Amino acid sequence: MKWDWSAVREFMPHFWDGLLVTLQALALGSLLSFGLGLVWALLMRTPSRLVRWPVGVVTEFVRNTPLLVQLFFLFYVLPEWGLTFSALATGVFAIGLHYSTYTMQVYRAGIEAVPVGQWEAATALNLPWRRTWTAVILPQAIRRVIPALGNYVIAMLKDTPMLMVITVLEMLGQARLFSQQRFQFTEPLTVIGVAFILISYLASLLLRALERRLVR
Amino acid sequence: MSADTPVTKQTDALAGPPAADGELIRLAGVTKRFGTNTVLDRLDFSVESGKHVTLIGPSGSGKTTILRLLMTLTTPDEGTITVDGQPLFPAPDKQVREVRRKIGMVFQQFNLFPNMTVLRNITEAPVTVLGLSRDEAEARARELLDLVGLADKRDMRPTQLSGGQQQRVAIARALAMRPRVLLLDEVTSALDPELVAGVLDLLRDIARSTDITMLCVTHEMNFARDISDQVLMFDSGRIIESGTPEKIFSDPEQERTREFLSAVL
Repeated sequence: MKWDWSAVREFMPHFWDGLLVTLQALALGSLLSFGLGLVWALLMRTPSRLVRWPVGVVTEFVRNTPLLVQLFFLFYVLPEWGLTFSALATGVFAIGLHYSTYTMQVYRAGIEAVPVGQWEAATALNLPWRRTWTAVILPQAIRRVIPALGNYVIAMLKDTPMLMVITVLEMLGQARLFSQQRFQFTEPLTVIGVAFILISYLASLLLRALERRLVR
Repeated sequence: MSADTPVTKQTDALAGPPAADGELIRLAGVTKRFGTNTVLDRLDFSVESGKHVTLIGPSGSGKTTILRLLMTLTTPDEGTITVDGQPLFPAPDKQVREVRRKIGMVFQQFNLFPNMTVLRNITEAPVTVLGLSRDEAEARARELLDLVGLADKRDMRPTQLSGGQQQRVAIARALAMRPRVLLLDEVTSALDPELVAGVLDLLRDIARSTDITMLCVTHEMNFARDISDQVLMFDSGRIIESGTPEKIFSDPEQERTREFLSAVL
């Protein structure tokens, strides 16, 4: 086996395409998981057991089944019921849904960490419950959980190659396609490996900077 | 510091609704248990409008629980509580809100909102609850910050202030709602000793220059003597003695009161 720079050169245009798709899936998947996770966390705090119970069952189910299985299910089973989405949209939805069942626990911990005195002060000032949540509790809770959410972004990044199985041409998909056509595996796989390390590393630097700013 | 603040400013900042004479708060047969522990035992007492009532007694004797009941932070197991003629437990949500509007509370741990500036801490409720415009609320907040001697701190975060400063902001925040009743729950217990005097002086000023009704749980006996119209001595969830500060502090009737006072004075 020898290293072939021309293969790297030829792979690069495909790599950039793949990178763009990976970053898209990551960004949209993250946003979805942040939003949905917050919705689950808030629903789990409603007094009504009729709300909490189904949300608890569904999120527990999603958290405890493999993302890969969920991807296959969403991509191959939903169309049979007449629901068709693009491969990327399906992938984003699967990742966002899967990780929302983790971020909901992060939010829960963040909400529970807000001192009870904050709730009491809000009551003493007669703030409406909606305002108590949006102006007092959530700003403090979310600030606390941003580092933990960031860790899930990095975990999500490492799960994006799974989208390959539903035909999304993210980085790994591009590398595999290139390899199958050229029978050169080392160069494209090395390139995307380095890319994953770089993105993770940059993201962790960004996270640490954010943590330092938030923890005062 | 706060003691030097001109009195004209204070009356301005604190111009609340006119105090109606007569009974403002009544507790009848109020019992509160935590598990098997009875913290309030069939308690009866009432407070007249404009009076300053101090609750003293050993820890765990139920004083703070009374303030928490009035603020609707907890519910009684038995008995009734009425504020300004309106019963609190049980009561429709709307009525609870109406009653809460008449009551302000200052906490031992300040409980300022750390995600807001000092100014926002004070304007938040007047804007969202009373429906004041932001300008009106800020004008009110500025007057109150003058009163508590922290006009220069309005854009700071609570965490940038000392405990004593935070507590004075908390007092301003409670007063911004123009309550008829101010509940003070051991407001100097969490402060460093050198910061206590500033907060107590401010409260003396407010007690002297307004007609706000005060219910005050405190271990500061000199302060209690200064501001109180009536002192209630608690023990094991019951009021064992009540009277003027002169009477309670210099000639208590109960042996238990004497013991307690000799231990804290």
